[in-house]
Amino acid sequence: MARVRLGEFAQARSGDKGDGSNVGVFVSNATDYELLRRELTAERVRQHFHAICLGGVERYELPNLLALNFILHDSLGGGGSASLKTDAQGKTHGLALLQMEIER
Amino acid sequence: MRDKILIANGQGFWGDSILGPVRLVREGPLDYLALDYLAEVTMSIMQKLRSRDPRAGYATDFVRMLDRILPEAHQKGIRVIANAGGVNPRACMEAVLELARKKGCSGLRVGVIEGDDVLDRLDEFLADGEELRNLDTGEPLAAIRERISSANVYIGAPAVAACLAAGADIVIGGRITDPALVAGPMLHEFGWALDDWDKLAAATVAGHIVECGAQCTGGNYTRWQDVEGWANIGYPIIEARPDGAFWVTKHDGTGGLVTRDSVVHQLLYEMGDPTRYLGPDCVADFTSAQVEQDGRDRVRVAGVRGGPATGTFKVSISYLDGYKAVGQLTVSGPDAVAKARLCAAIVFDRLALDGVTFRDDQKTVELVGSGVCHAGIAPAIDPPEVVLRIGVRDPDRAKVDRFGMEIVPLVTSGPPGVTGFAGGRPKATEVVGYWPALVSKHRIAPTVHVETVR
Repeated sequence: MARVRLGEFAQARSGDKGDGSNVGVFVSNATDYELLRRELTAERVRQHFHAICLGGVERYELPNLLALNFILHDSLGGGGSASLKTDAQGKTHGLALLQMEIER
Repeated sequence: MRDKILIANGQGFWGDSILGPVRLVREGPLDYLALDYLAEVTMSIMQKLRSRDPRAGYATDFVRMLDRILPEAHQKGIRVIANAGGVNPRACMEAVLELARKKGCSGLRVGVIEGDDVLDRLDEFLADGEELRNLDTGEPLAAIRERISSANVYIGAPAVAACLAAGADIVIGGRITDPALVAGPMLHEFGWALDDWDKLAAATVAGHIVECGAQCTGGNYTRWQDVEGWANIGYPIIEARPDGAFWVTKHDGTGGLVTRDSVVHQLLYEMGDPTRYLGPDCVADFTSAQVEQDGRDRVRVAGVRGGPATGTFKVSISYLDGYKAVGQLTVSGPDAVAKARLCAAIVFDRLALDGVTFRDDQKTVELVGSGVCHAGIAPAIDPPEVVLRIGVRDPDRAKVDRFGMEIVPLVTSGPPGVTGFAGGRPKATEVVGYWPALVSKHRIAPTVHVETVR
């Protein structure tokens, strides 16, 4: 077991979903997918985004793609044209998730 | 029936590179070219343009793009499908017909799909018991009724297929969903039944993968160092088969890449519940898609399952939701972060001296360069300079404009090292609110009309 950055073995993409963002994260083998499922709980992701995501976090599983999908509610400062934020569409939230360190 | 068709997406959004569609026509074989020109906010902007000029209200970029690909696309038999019609598909059609005549494309058939624009029907819907409540908040439409600027139903693939069946070489629609631009040709060519849910779901997944153009061929790719040939990045092509399986690929000799990873990236984009991806034509289950590499720059997708469509169409309603302004200044070090924070405090204190205040949740202060995108995640640093980005939002336009006047004065009446005010005073701009709602399907009947260039 060693502490590693998610970005060392996982990839991600994010975008907007109303006033929240979605962050999809995926890996390339079944072992790493089980690790993601175990370590990346909705609560852990919520804590990671504590300064960005002001609402709750939902998690969905896509075992066929070895992927998890997270919805980060209220993370865009209103979303759409109402937002005053630089990243009004959550484009960078995927890379932000990949900064997380987990035990692998 | 053909045993395979090639459908490309050359435009991921209004503002995407004109080189996408131009190169797709030039650089390899193609049957259909799909182009997405709309976003939620776009319809509102177009409605405003139309209110000033009855011949405006569509994506003029589309006509400029056609000017580059006609007559070549017509000669090669490539049929074009675009939601460039915005809130005025007829005017878009007229402009395309005029261009085609000028280019000598006699015989070219231009089709238009109408019936998505329901701005003038909202009161009829309300009177008939359609509530048009906000899908996210549950609020009734009355809350914004007086401020609505556009209302469009998301139209699916059958209308596109109908326009192709009517002979259109160029299909122009309003708010056609992004996936339907790609699913429409499949429906048309393969004659799938409208309750063949697995096939419709496969077509929806194919459309979703390519709807953002190069975002599935190496754009916005986590391992960006692996991507080569950025300047001539290939735009995506779906090689569709009658049984619902399809390949994602790109033209030979183009840059970028098509890998299992590049496709999975885009499958996850803007995803909600992956088992219930709601569209006008079916409910697609993204957890059923089997994705595998099948040669260089070829990815096979198969096994997609879907379920019956719901009884409603989604309506995208936009409304005036106040005003906002954002300005920026560059603050150099030493102590860039501390000085930028001071600048922001000075702006709001001076406005308060003049009786202008804003609610805390209607203000933003960002120190770009010090960890704004990854707030709370990136380590705190003291960079050699930061960009102070400061903004407000308010129903009162005059207050927002007043705010804009207090930013540039910081250059001479704030801490030292403040520069980069080239943009001048930020002006108040309208905030376009987005109101998603549902309407019963039986009220919406898209129509198609085709004209031939003489």
